[in-house]
Amino acid sequence: MSETVNPTLPIIRTVAVDKSFGSVEALRSVSLEIEQGKFFTLVGPSGCGKTTLLRVMAGFEQPTRGQVFIDGKSMEGVPANKRPTNMVFQSYAVFPHMNVGENIAYGLRSKKTPADRIATLVAEALEMVGLAGYQNRPSHALSGGQRQRVALARALVLKPKVLLLDEPLSALDKKLREQMQSELRNLQRNVGITFVLVTHDQEEALTMSDQIAVIFGGEIAQVASPEILYRRPNSREVADFVGVMNFLNVSVLSEHGTRRRVEVEGLGIVEIEEDQAPRGLVGDIVAGVRPEQFTILFEDRASADRCCSGTVTEIQYFGDMTYYAAKLEGCDKTVTISMRNTAGRRTLGPGDKADIGWRSESVLILS
Amino acid sequence: MSGLRMSNWLIVYVGLFLLFLYAPAILLPLFAFNDSAVISFPLAGFTWQWFATVVDNESLHRATRNSLIVAVSTAVFATTLGVFAARAGTRFSFPGKRGMMGLVMVPMVLPEIIIGVSMLVVVLQLGLSLSLMTIILGHVLICTPFSTAILGAAFQGLDRSLEEASIDLGRTRLTTFLLITLPLVLPGIIASLLLAFTISLDEFIIAFFLTGTEATLPVYIWGQLRFPQRIPGLMALGTILLVVSLLLLVCAEYFRRRAARNMGRGEQRELF
Repeated sequence: MSETVNPTLPIIRTVAVDKSFGSVEALRSVSLEIEQGKFFTLVGPSGCGKTTLLRVMAGFEQPTRGQVFIDGKSMEGVPANKRPTNMVFQSYAVFPHMNVGENIAYGLRSKKTPADRIATLVAEALEMVGLAGYQNRPSHALSGGQRQRVALARALVLKPKVLLLDEPLSALDKKLREQMQSELRNLQRNVGITFVLVTHDQEEALTMSDQIAVIFGGEIAQVASPEILYRRPNSREVADFVGVMNFLNVSVLSEHGTRRRVEVEGLGIVEIEEDQAPRGLVGDIVAGVRPEQFTILFEDRASADRCCSGTVTEIQYFGDMTYYAAKLEGCDKTVTISMRNTAGRRTLGPGDKADIGWRSESVLILS
Repeated sequence: MSGLRMSNWLIVYVGLFLLFLYAPAILLPLFAFNDSAVISFPLAGFTWQWFATVVDNESLHRATRNSLIVAVSTAVFATTLGVFAARAGTRFSFPGKRGMMGLVMVPMVLPEIIIGVSMLVVVLQLGLSLSLMTIILGHVLICTPFSTAILGAAFQGLDRSLEEASIDLGRTRLTTFLLITLPLVLPGIIASLLLAFTISLDEFIIAFFLTGTEATLPVYIWGQLRFPQRIPGLMALGTILLVVSLLLLVCAEYFRRRAARNMGRGEQRELF
């Protein structure tokens, strides 16, 4: 849909971008490559600089140092209105004094598109976001979800090379948010335009993205696909931010080539592969195990290759899932274990003894 | 009004308070329709004759025309300056901003007699002659703070991302200001024009000091008070001015509230 994009180049490339506001460093040496046609997400806690990075890409902020390339061209000195990007704002910024049709035609008019062409494009854009026939609705009569769609249509009708989305779902209630998540994902696949989404919600990042960049304190912590990010986070901070992680003390026993033996508190001696310790075994290290990598063994003992025991101290029932807090035998650590409530499976109560199964590839060594 | 019941004393107090505030204003139309040249009770009967003297009076027409010129010019200049000040105050940060915004607002609390005297001295020192122009200058000085306050609220309520969205969609800063910013603060601009117009129309002290040969309406009225037989006519004129001022204030408040509603922020602080 977008014209003359070289598919071999990254559509957006930032090179060592720094951004300071007075004495506050919002971005520190951010170098990123975003592939053409991907759904890319910038995720991090609030105040981490993700929105600043998006605004640097859009041209609303100038980097203090470093460069931004869009489709191979340097964006230095190129103002926001001349960039091949469009943005969906957190507040949607639907113009209140214009109706839906005028809002969507706004960008087309500034490009001097002929009037009959505008009418067709507006109708197409509205249909694409599921608001066919809404041209004459006044903006103030729209619900939050509809505003969001108008903002999307208004940006996409210009066929930008990159669509930038600044926390577009944070103002919607849970049900609508989930619906919009899958709609946004489908929309991105259909139009083939690169989407760059900013969110503080790691779950949203995991479900929607092709690639995710985790940002902490103005620096990129990890760039990876959702699966890698969840299964193989490269640091303790990332592991803690994305999903739930049990952290256990660990000590190194031996290290021969690719075979490493470590002793994990409460679990015993574990032999791990190289990719289970992305930063090696040096420094201040800790072992991490995801809650679903533990299994409470009822009858099916054979499914786990390792086993330890513990005592349930607390349960949280979520309907489809039950989360257990269990104190491991032989140490003082409590771990979180999640179990799917499949047909016929019992749930335990506080004080019950439990056999806990796990596999050696579930253990990550993080620093 | 539920909750605590108002005590009887409180009702009496409120009644006296309102009487004190509004009784003089009510006397004005009362005597304007009274068929007697003497301003005293008991009332003599109903008449339109005092309004007829207003319609016939040539120098009164002249004063009215002068006042309109002054009030309209003041409204336009004060609102223009107010737009600049409010825009700077809400969008940009620069060293000394707080102090500067404070200085813009100071004329609001300066005694008008001080402004009148000092402006007279300055004008004479500069060798300018007193004219409608000098009155306009004085009125712009006292109206700009009001305009800045009203417009400041209008600009404050404007979501900044609306302007960014316009630029993002390919417009320049100038067309964004014309197509997005101005239409959205327009009710604020109208409210500011109306308020400045009203303040200027009935301002006396500064106009009194800065008037040359051409008097404004309040200065003209002051001059007429020496002639007792013309006082009922002034009552009629005062009645007309009262009604016009009230209508303008109601309009100004309507537009100010509409501005607040437009921004989707609900009611902001009330001016009246």
